[in-house]
Amino acid sequence: MSNVPSDLKYAKSHEWVRVSGDTATVGITDHAQHELTDVVFVELPAVQRQAKAGEACAVVESVKTASDIYSPVSGQIVEINKAVVDNPALVNTEPYAGGWFYKIKLSNAGELDALLTPDKYKAQIGG
Amino acid sequence: MLKRTPLFELHQKLGGRLVEFGGWEMPVQYTSIMDEHLVVRKAAGIFDISHMGEVLVNGSVAEAFLNHILTNDIRKLGVGQGQYTLMCNELGGVIDDLYAYHLAPEEYLLIINASRIGEDVAWMQKQLAIFPGHASVKLQNTSDQTGAVAVQGPRVVEFINQCFPGASRGGTVVSQASDLKKNQVGRFDFSGTPVWVSRTGYTGEDGFEVVSPAGLIAAIWTKILAIGHQYCLQPAGLGARDTLRTEVCYPLYGHELDEKTTPIEAGVGFFVALEKGDFVGRTVLADQKANGVAKKCVAFKTTDKCAPPRPHYPIWSTGAGAGPIGGVVSGTQSPSLGIGIGMGYVKPEFAKANTPIEIEIRGKRSPAVIVPKPIYRKPD
Repeated sequence: MSNVPSDLKYAKSHEWVRVSGDTATVGITDHAQHELTDVVFVELPAVQRQAKAGEACAVVESVKTASDIYSPVSGQIVEINKAVVDNPALVNTEPYAGGWFYKIKLSNAGELDALLTPDKYKAQIGG
Repeated sequence: MLKRTPLFELHQKLGGRLVEFGGWEMPVQYTSIMDEHLVVRKAAGIFDISHMGEVLVNGSVAEAFLNHILTNDIRKLGVGQGQYTLMCNELGGVIDDLYAYHLAPEEYLLIINASRIGEDVAWMQKQLAIFPGHASVKLQNTSDQTGAVAVQGPRVVEFINQCFPGASRGGTVVSQASDLKKNQVGRFDFSGTPVWVSRTGYTGEDGFEVVSPAGLIAAIWTKILAIGHQYCLQPAGLGARDTLRTEVCYPLYGHELDEKTTPIEAGVGFFVALEKGDFVGRTVLADQKANGVAKKCVAFKTTDKCAPPRPHYPIWSTGAGAGPIGGVVSGTQSPSLGIGIGMGYVKPEFAKANTPIEIEIRGKRSPAVIVPKPIYRKPD
């Protein structure tokens, strides 16, 4: 059974969003890391890059596959998680904590309404 | 409609993640590719290889026929011995790579790739029809009636005798299975039915492979898993099988080998016995051994932290005049070494060990270096 924290919002493509004021932290869900298994490499966007909701902006690689990560929201990347670049296994062990990918300054907070609630995401993954 | 081996339900019960491979629904992993890879290197892993093909070739002309269609010299095989070999077309292109076993006088068993069973059998039948003395050769594709498992790792030798107790009754005569030497095969009794056990494998570790009637393979798998448990034996899937063989640079058909690639280009010319006389493909292979090739298979390691190399990624030369020189055919993050590794084809002038190269990954070039094979060697 996947962990789906109740204080986050979710994208259909298995990214999570934690909002704090006008900034959001983005990562991938427990379900996603479980599907990927051993993450061996994470490629993050450059700080100051502008991302659009639904646009591929990061890559997560396991032994067998490379998966694109789609930004759930639009805005400017303000911080990236160096720890997950140095230790990609954090995506598997701490998908909602140490395995976060980037922080983004929201340009359109209204987009959050289009994301899935924890219950809707749980339903999508069959939890 | 994907094919399933007799072990399919057992894979499901073990939580195997089932994916498509060569027309079969096979477990790519049970727990994680990394864990399964490392347990094979450190202790023991068991793989379902029942999807592979088995062809029996019998008769007084069997040896001559096989020596005509295969590159290695089958006359080297006494009863109870096996060898790695390749089957080429008239241009020296590889139709398949396989193992050939001399089971008994005038009886040979070929173990062929799952993805090539149809092509191999059609080719062999076509070649047999025009071979002098073909009436004295019987060719049987027994793939659908046969199952197989591979048990690999340094600890397998500690428990293989408990799985197949007693002396062999055919092939190489030994008083216990662990006495089989590398490439030897013996016939053992399993619940009153003869099965073949060989000291062979595809992982770079010591180990054994077992070939049996399809109806018996589930019982064999279950017994080996039960006995091997206290020796840390775990089921391992095709994902680990691929990372293990890539670390030791064993070719995989469809990657290092295909119909447009010769054994010489692939670097397995050691298994091409030009001196044995004529065989299909000999002209081109002899020419390549004498005069060189247009592409060479090399092994490489990445030298900076980067995403894993994968098939089809372009390979570049470095320095002044840098340009594309070839492409990756196999690549992965090496579980044993923790770095990106792989094999690829490059123009022969770049094929020397220590040549710096770059692997193009999603439009960006990452530094790597050509290394001698095998990339991973067991610490002494």
